[in-house]
Order: sequence, then C-alpha cells, then structure tokens
Amino acid sequence: MKQNILFEIKALYRDNFRVTGFSFGKGEKAACIVGTMRGNENQQLYACSQLVKKLTELEEKGKIAEGKEILVIPCVNPYSMNIKKRFWSVDNTDINRMFPGYSEGETTQRIAAGVFEKIKHYQYGIQFASFYMPGAFLPQIRVMKTGFENVDLAKKFGLPYVVLQNPRPFDTTTLNYNWQIWETNAFSIYTTNTSRVDKKSARQAVDGILTFLSKQGIIRHHPKEGYVSKVIESCDLVSVRTKHSGFFQSFVTPGEEVDCGKVLAQIIDPYYGTVKCEITSPVHGTVLFLHDEEMAYQNTAVIKIIPEEED
Amino acid sequence: MVETVVSVELPVDETLQIQKKRLTGSDIGNREPKRISIVTGIHGDELEGQYVCYEVQRRIQKHPEYLTGIVDLYPALNPFGIDSVTRGIPAFDLDMNRIFPGSKDGDMNEYVASEIIRDLEGSDLCMDIHASNIYLTEVPQIRINEITEDVLIPYAKLSNVDFVWVHGASTVLESTLAFSLNSRKVPTLVVEMGVGMRITQEYGKQLVDGIFRLMKELGIWSGPVANVRKPVISRNPDEVIFLNAPESGIFIKDKNHGSYLKREEHIGYIVDPLNGTMLCDVTAPESGWLFTIREYPVLDEGSLIARILKVDKSECEGHEGGSHETEYLI
Repeated sequence: MKQNILFEIKALYRDNFRVTGFSFGKGEKAACIVGTMRGNENQQLYACSQLVKKLTELEEKGKIAEGKEILVIPCVNPYSMNIKKRFWSVDNTDINRMFPGYSEGETTQRIAAGVFEKIKHYQYGIQFASFYMPGAFLPQIRVMKTGFENVDLAKKFGLPYVVLQNPRPFDTTTLNYNWQIWETNAFSIYTTNTSRVDKKSARQAVDGILTFLSKQGIIRHHPKEGYVSKVIESCDLVSVRTKHSGFFQSFVTPGEEVDCGKVLAQIIDPYYGTVKCEITSPVHGTVLFLHDEEMAYQNTAVIKIIPEEED
Repeated sequence: MVETVVSVELPVDETLQIQKKRLTGSDIGNREPKRISIVTGIHGDELEGQYVCYEVQRRIQKHPEYLTGIVDLYPALNPFGIDSVTRGIPAFDLDMNRIFPGSKDGDMNEYVASEIIRDLEGSDLCMDIHASNIYLTEVPQIRINEITEDVLIPYAKLSNVDFVWVHGASTVLESTLAFSLNSRKVPTLVVEMGVGMRITQEYGKQLVDGIFRLMKELGIWSGPVANVRKPVISRNPDEVIFLNAPESGIFIKDKNHGSYLKREEHIGYIVDPLNGTMLCDVTAPESGWLFTIREYPVLDEGSLIARILKVDKSECEGHEGGSHETEYLI
C-alpha cells in the first residue's frame, strides 16, 4: 500500500488541506473508490477505512492481481469533517457539485479538478454517496442513466438493489456523472446511514466492493455470495408522504415487507401528544427508505417503498 | 392586498407562509391588465431587494392614480433564511435556487417551489433580485442566459442597471427560478447588485427607477419616470477576467467596484497577519472595468477576488453604480 497526497492547499491558520489516497497494486488504473465529500458523512468514511484495512491485508497476501492498481480516497473534504460542517468551510459550497472542476477557478472547483485529474482514467469508479434527506436506506447501488451506464456490472456487487435514476440538472456536476462522461464505469454505493456509523451495512458495502473487484479480476478473493440484485427505476418507487407535521413515530424498518393498508407510522401532535394522522402503505412492497429524525415536516416523503410486481 | 402564495404546517405551532403584496390600478377598465412581478429573498443573506420592495410600494402609494396594471411584490421567497441569516433553506442546507420548478408531489421545499412558479406564471415580466453574496460586491447588473438573450435584452436595457452580462448556458442553472420562468414564457430578469447582508440605498433607488421605466413600457404605469442609463453589455465570455486568489490569506482592498483599472494597476494586497508579511500584491492582469470586488477579507486559495470586464474606459464612464437622479420624480 502506498499513501500519497493527491491534492493540497496551503491555508492561513489551519493545517494544510490535503486529499490523501491509498493505492494497492501496480499497473493499469483498474478501480478507484471515493469516500466522503461532505462533513457529515461519517459512515462513508468508516466504510472506506474498512476497505483500506481489507485491501492492505489482501495486498500483503499477494492477492491484488498482477498489473492492476486500486486507488482508495477515504476523504475528499477533511476540513469540513473536522469542523462538523456539511459543506466547504468558508463559502458552504458542495465539492460534489463542482465536477469536473476547474483548476483556475474557486477553491472547491480547484479541489474537484485536482482530485478528478487523478481519478478520471480508472476503469471502474465507486463512490460512497449520501442522500440529502435524513433517513435509513437498504444498501443499494445507484446508477445514473447517462447513456453510458452498465446495469449488468452494477449487479456484480451482490447488493439487494440496483436503483437506476435519470440525472437531474444538478446531477451533471457530480462525480458519478462526470466519471461516466469520461468513460469510467461509475457506481454510487449507499449504505444505511450517513452521520452515524452502522457497522453492519458498512461491512456489507465493503463485501460488495470486494465481490465486484474479485469478479472483475482485480483482486483474488473468495467473493461473498451476496444477493441477486433486483433492478428498479427510481421513478417506480412509491413515496409515502406526511399529511401533517409533528413527531414521527415509525412501526417498520428498512427491508421490511409491508401489505397495502398497513399502518407504517404516526404523526404525534407535539402539544397534545395525540395522533394527528396515521401513515398507511398504499401498496404491497418492501421498505427501501425510512425517515429517521424525530420530527417530520408536512408533505415530506418519509418512507419509500419498492412495490411488489403483480403476478 | 397581502395574499398567501403557499402555506405549510410546521411541527410546532407555526405555519410557513410565502406572501405577496398585490397592487392593482383602480382604473383598468375592461382590458386585461399587464402584470409585473418583483421577487427577492431566495437567498436569505441577500437583502438588497428588501429596500426595492419597500420603495416600489412607497412610490405607488404616493401616486396610485398612475397605476394602470398589476404589481406583485414577493419580498421573501425564503422567509426562514432571511429570519435566520442563512443563505439556503435552514434545516435542509439546500440552495432554494436549485430546486425549481419544484414538484407538487415533492417534499415540502419542492412543493413550495412549485406553488411559487404556479403563482408567478402569467406575469408579463418578472424581476428576481439578488445581492451577490456576503463575499463580493457587484455594480448593479442583470445576468442573462444566452438562450434567452433575444427576449430579455430589450427589457434589460430599460432596467437602469450599469451592466448586462450575457453568459453561457449551463445545465446546473436549469434548476433556477429564472430558468423555470423563462422556459414558461415569463420573461425573467436576474438582478445582482450590492453585497450580501447589507442594503445599498442608492442601488435600490437606481433599480426602482428602472422598474418604473419597465412598468411604463408595459403599460402598468402612466406617471413620469426617470431617464435610464445605457448599460455596458457583454456577450463575449472572453471579455470577463476572473481574478482568483493565488494563495490563502487576508485580502486588503484598495479599489472599489466600478473603478476603471489600467493593466497591472494595484487592486489590493493579500497579507499574513500572523507573520506580518505581504503574500501577494493583487494587480489587474489587463485594463478594464472592475465590476466585482471581494468584500469578505478571508481568502482560501482560489477564492474569487475580482471580475474585470475588458472594455475601453469610455464605455464604462459613469457606470460606478448608484442613482444619478438627485431629485426623484416621484
């Protein structure tokens, strides 16, 4: 394993800003895995650290394939992590809205450009991503439909679901989108949480990546059996919304199968303690996403369900 | 009349309301009245539009007999942001100007965005007033996406701003309020002026003069209006120089926005207060008009310090911003 500084900026009063990469094996740029870009992505950083640990062990046993190089970047934004701020410390911009970056531009554009320059020619690109809504997910691979996407490859992670989504305007400046445009096979991997560490789903994600790398001949490792991934379009997910706001009390967990009409959650009045409304499932299916904050706003998608296909 | 555009129940004893003030001329007759919409406050730290909304009303209330159409004023599209000194939408850390046109079936913010669009649709002209941000000061200017240039330039010329900047199309900007409205055939001008968290009265008065000139053009105002200035117009992206910080430090500004600079003329310094050293003498790489300057002194490497338009001095003379009228007509 080689530890390298991929990008560095000198600061006035803080230690230098550094993006550190860990490379395993030598040869063609086979796979790059990127961890956190936002200051609250503790789970993504933890999962990456476990991947670095695993790959270090595998390299010591000579199990990185000859002529293949893997690069892991656990954290693209240590400054925000260290001050517990989600976005860039000075101007609150999001590095994952700055790709492919601009080396002569503003600070986060320079960071994006500096990092992208080092990672844009890998055959496979995997990003530990986080969702902007607070909640718990079933582990999944997300693939943006750019015309360059490869769904069959996404299934090789062996995670329960592969979710396909059409890019929205702001997606065009994300790492995943730009990787694809630069002909890297790009995948976003979502684990259960963001700010809190969930060891079980982090392990599942790391196993998924090792399985993928093994199936692609980049490492020699006995892959976990994993799941036969179910491919779903994000537009087919059923969003269950709150009619009122208040305390959110759920009765289901991600991965649970629910019947149509089942009470999934309640909204509790914060003054009277009474039930303001019940949230019921409009379909028979599996809970993919569950809101996990104490309060919920009105009209918020607190649960997303993968509908079961009719026979 | 104050109307509620959209309201959403909040968890604890409060309702989020986006409100507008509608001013309607008393003598419209049977004709379909023209309508101008002035919106501001998408970014909670940009307050220049607050004064504009007040001043437009003050002038109309002084002479309501001249109002021959509808003026809709939306002073706070992001009321939580304004109330909490937050640029984005608090609790969501979301830039409100990246969620349009929203969705009726989306989450709270997307729903609010869709209702704002619904309410603004049908306007004959919309002006979305911004104030740069807390880092930069700008001369009063209108920014136009090149794909809407033909429709918007004639309006921009009447707006009494100093500068019209036609910029390239960008996919990211498709989620802005202005893009959504322009694509729905509501001509929408984006104004940038002054600096975040402050009100620059003379810029506000200058823009209000332009708004009344536009109202006159649209048949919404029959009273006297001020002469408007001819803006500098830039269509060529190569004309605009972006000056980014070569290193981190504290910026000491020596030139004000609106100044004309000669090549290599001094703009300011970047200093290191810990060691008492000057890190960099910031100079103009080319002669031109300084239409943006750094206001917030703390710089990271790459932070924007200035924008300079490469024009002859004669083209930008008198364009330092601020109202030229000493006696207001209204």
